[in-house]
Amino acid sequence: MSEILLQIDGKKVTAKEGMTILEAARSVGVSIPTLCDHEKLAPYGACRVCTVEADARGTTNLVAACLQPVENDLVVRTRSEKVDKIRKVLLEQMLAHAPDSEELQELAQVYGADKDRFEAESSFCILCGLCVRYCAEVKKKHAVGFFDRGAKREIDFIPEVAIRECWDCKECFPLCPTSALQAAYVLTEALMSPPASSTKGCNSCG
Amino acid sequence: MPRINSSAELDALRQEILSQRDPDQPCLTLCSGSACHATGCGKVAAAIEEEMESQGVADDVHFRRTGCHGFCEQGPIVVIYPEGICYLKVKPEDIAEIISETIKEKKIIERLLYVDPNSGENTTLEEDIPFYKNQERLVLGFNLKIDPKSLEDYLAVGGYQALVKTLFEMTPEQVVGEVKDANLRGRGGAGFPSGVKWDFARKAPGDKKYVVVNCDEGDPGAYMDRSLMEGNPYGVLEGLMIGAYAIGSNEGYVYVRQEYPLAVDNLEIAIKKAEDYGLLGQDILGSGFDFTVKVHRGAGAFICGEETSLLKSLEGLPGEPNARPPFPATKGLWGKPTNINNVETWSNIPLIISKGADFFNSIGTEKSKGTKIFSLVGKVNNTGLVEVPMGATLRDIIYKIGGGVPGEKKFKAVQTGGPSGGCIPENLLDTKVDFDELTQAGAMMGSGGMIVMDEDTCLVDLARYFLAFLSDESCGKCNPCREGIRQMLKILTNITKGLGTESDLELLLELAETTKGASLCALGKTAPNPVLSTLRYFKDEYEAHIKEQRCPALSCKALIAFYIEPDKCKACGACFKQCPAEAIEGGKKRIHVIDQDKCTRCGSCVDACPKAFGAVKVMSGEPVPVAIAEEARNLG
Ligand SMILES: Cc1cc2nc3c(=O)[nH]c(=O)nc-3n(C[C@H](O)[C@H](O)[C@H](O)COP(=O)(O)O)c2cc1C
Ligand code: SF4
Repeated sequence: MSEILLQIDGKKVTAKEGMTILEAARSVGVSIPTLCDHEKLAPYGACRVCTVEADARGTTNLVAACLQPVENDLVVRTRSEKVDKIRKVLLEQMLAHAPDSEELQELAQVYGADKDRFEAESSFCILCGLCVRYCAEVKKKHAVGFFDRGAKREIDFIPEVAIRECWDCKECFPLCPTSALQAAYVLTEALMSPPASSTKGCNSCG
Repeated sequence: MPRINSSAELDALRQEILSQRDPDQPCLTLCSGSACHATGCGKVAAAIEEEMESQGVADDVHFRRTGCHGFCEQGPIVVIYPEGICYLKVKPEDIAEIISETIKEKKIIERLLYVDPNSGENTTLEEDIPFYKNQERLVLGFNLKIDPKSLEDYLAVGGYQALVKTLFEMTPEQVVGEVKDANLRGRGGAGFPSGVKWDFARKAPGDKKYVVVNCDEGDPGAYMDRSLMEGNPYGVLEGLMIGAYAIGSNEGYVYVRQEYPLAVDNLEIAIKKAEDYGLLGQDILGSGFDFTVKVHRGAGAFICGEETSLLKSLEGLPGEPNARPPFPATKGLWGKPTNINNVETWSNIPLIISKGADFFNSIGTEKSKGTKIFSLVGKVNNTGLVEVPMGATLRDIIYKIGGGVPGEKKFKAVQTGGPSGGCIPENLLDTKVDFDELTQAGAMMGSGGMIVMDEDTCLVDLARYFLAFLSDESCGKCNPCREGIRQMLKILTNITKGLGTESDLELLLELAETTKGASLCALGKTAPNPVLSTLRYFKDEYEAHIKEQRCPALSCKALIAFYIEPDKCKACGACFKQCPAEAIEGGKKRIHVIDQDKCTRCGSCVDACPKAFGAVKVMSGEPVPVAIAEEARNLG
């Protein structure tokens, strides 16, 4: 793998080909905020709070640091007036869903986001997809998934799978930056009959 | 059907087909695109076959069902060659006369001719009708000449010559070079230089590569790609094969939306015929080039038109965009280098190869070459598909081809570029059709949607409509697009209800900036366009809604009221009968009065009131006068 030389917030950084800007930044101790990033999961690029400014070949672009590969001579600014403004609005939009999320509130402080700027939304979920991706990529169970598209997109447990898998796992719960996941599970649980014995399958069919 | 094994055999077949065709033989064509199917071309076709038989001309007259001619609101269209006599809105009962009078006696049937809505004059020949006369139909023109079910027809008009030239006279590098030199830019939306893209795919390492046709065409109201696919699938396939040869691919996919059954049918027939002739498959024309193509029906989601979503959907995964890079050219379908182009882009390829890059460069503007097909709809006299050279002005399209705005109404704006395009006002009508000029004007070329609006359209409501579409049709994955559109839509909805505040406009700009700047794919990056362009050119309309509770177009229901002017009402009762809400107090010889609380603002009364009286007034931004006193309501 060849080495790539770039600049992040004025620091000269040596990175490996194939690395993302986020990885390169972390390697030199520059922190970029993220919400949907997770060390065990493939980069996803949904929350976009990792948006940074990058100059390459004479043009400046806004890119998601978690997905954008490094390239030679790239000049990255992880904070700028523009970047901060975008992060502020993104956080405000998510706070309309999850005003009590600690993770969001911490970032809101940094970027001056007002949690009441937008009218409260009925769903708490910010669709970071951590639960869905963790269940699919790490546990390979697909017990929770995305449904519908556009403004109606939501996460939900698939009862047939959840009844078998979730009771003893629940590893996705702590990943959730809001209380939405647990709520969705509780609802699913209410809909399915509680498993008689969680570790064994149904007696009659083995 | 014999397999054709060499270019000489193909030439021989072409000559044989041509020798059997007498250019002077009467030929009657009927357009049979989806639009005309809707207006009953099937029955017209049956009538033509029947009458040709019963009037004894079946052997002397050739009957051809072609693809869409583009002048869809006037369909079904019958054109009689060699003269080119054009009959519009033809019904089955007209056919007997067409055959006995026009075919046999060479007499023109006046009532079926095109009538100019402004001058009232008739036009006999298709080529003289202003709608066609002002177009340059380099690509769409084939639709008039061939039966899409006949590969022989395509050969007769010079089909597959470009493929022969490609396979036997050009190296893949030369093909890519020619497309680069032609400066062809993608017709699917972004206008990316096709030759450059082909070069990426050609140079990308890997022995398996794919070529893909994007026929998802999700823009509401647009049907350029459908018409090309229905009318001349051979042209698309020929372009695709040339592209495959150029990048080193042996396998192609055509992604067609489910709602286009005729396009799928015609394409499948074309593939079958090409396979039978050996124009698809192994060792095509003995050149050593192998190529197969498969058709995939997309479920019809707008976002599946975005290239990375489309490829995922082809793989059987949910259609959600991927970040680029990696671009499909390096990592596309099943991770292999893939070149994806729009239907119209592919359709331009045979032309470029046959006629050369210089010819293509002779048409258009400095940075946009060739022609572009638009689907011209809305408040314009002639709606349909129009193909113009790049550089034509919007004014020419709307007035010379489209015949202007119907009725006494005033033109207000033209929206180009699909749901995330923009609105262009009257004073910019001389803007040229050019990728960069349209973008500079705050709109975009998009894939070719063009909607004309008159003074009755509220542009705040229009922006709301497009954002509602995008809000439903985005994939919903990323926050700036999903949430940004959600918030902008809420604000726009409030404004159209008269609930907007002065800070809303600032907020809209801030949200637009975030959505445009931070979204993952081009849907989100362009989604604020409808808001930004209307705010740029029609800010006064937003302000009227917010500050005066007034909708200048008299269209936003929450801000308008209907009022019967007592001195104009003649108590005819027309409005009373039409009102579905029973909101009108009528009575014999009594001045009619609208109960504002019951009125649903449907506007039936305005339409019902005789023009001569014009007693119903539509009001906005001013208080409705107090209803006339009961005792004053008696007339005469
Ligand atoms: C939301 C969205 C929808 C799109 N829909 C279409 C479509 O229906 N047809 C199309 O050809 N391109 C569509 N595109 C553009 C494609 O992503 C891609 O740029 C195009 O297929 C490339 O072909 P071209 O270079 O020949 O234009 C869409 C893009 C976006 C962002
Ligand atoms: S910009 Fe919109 S459509 Fe594109 S990935 Fe994000 S949510 Fe999906």
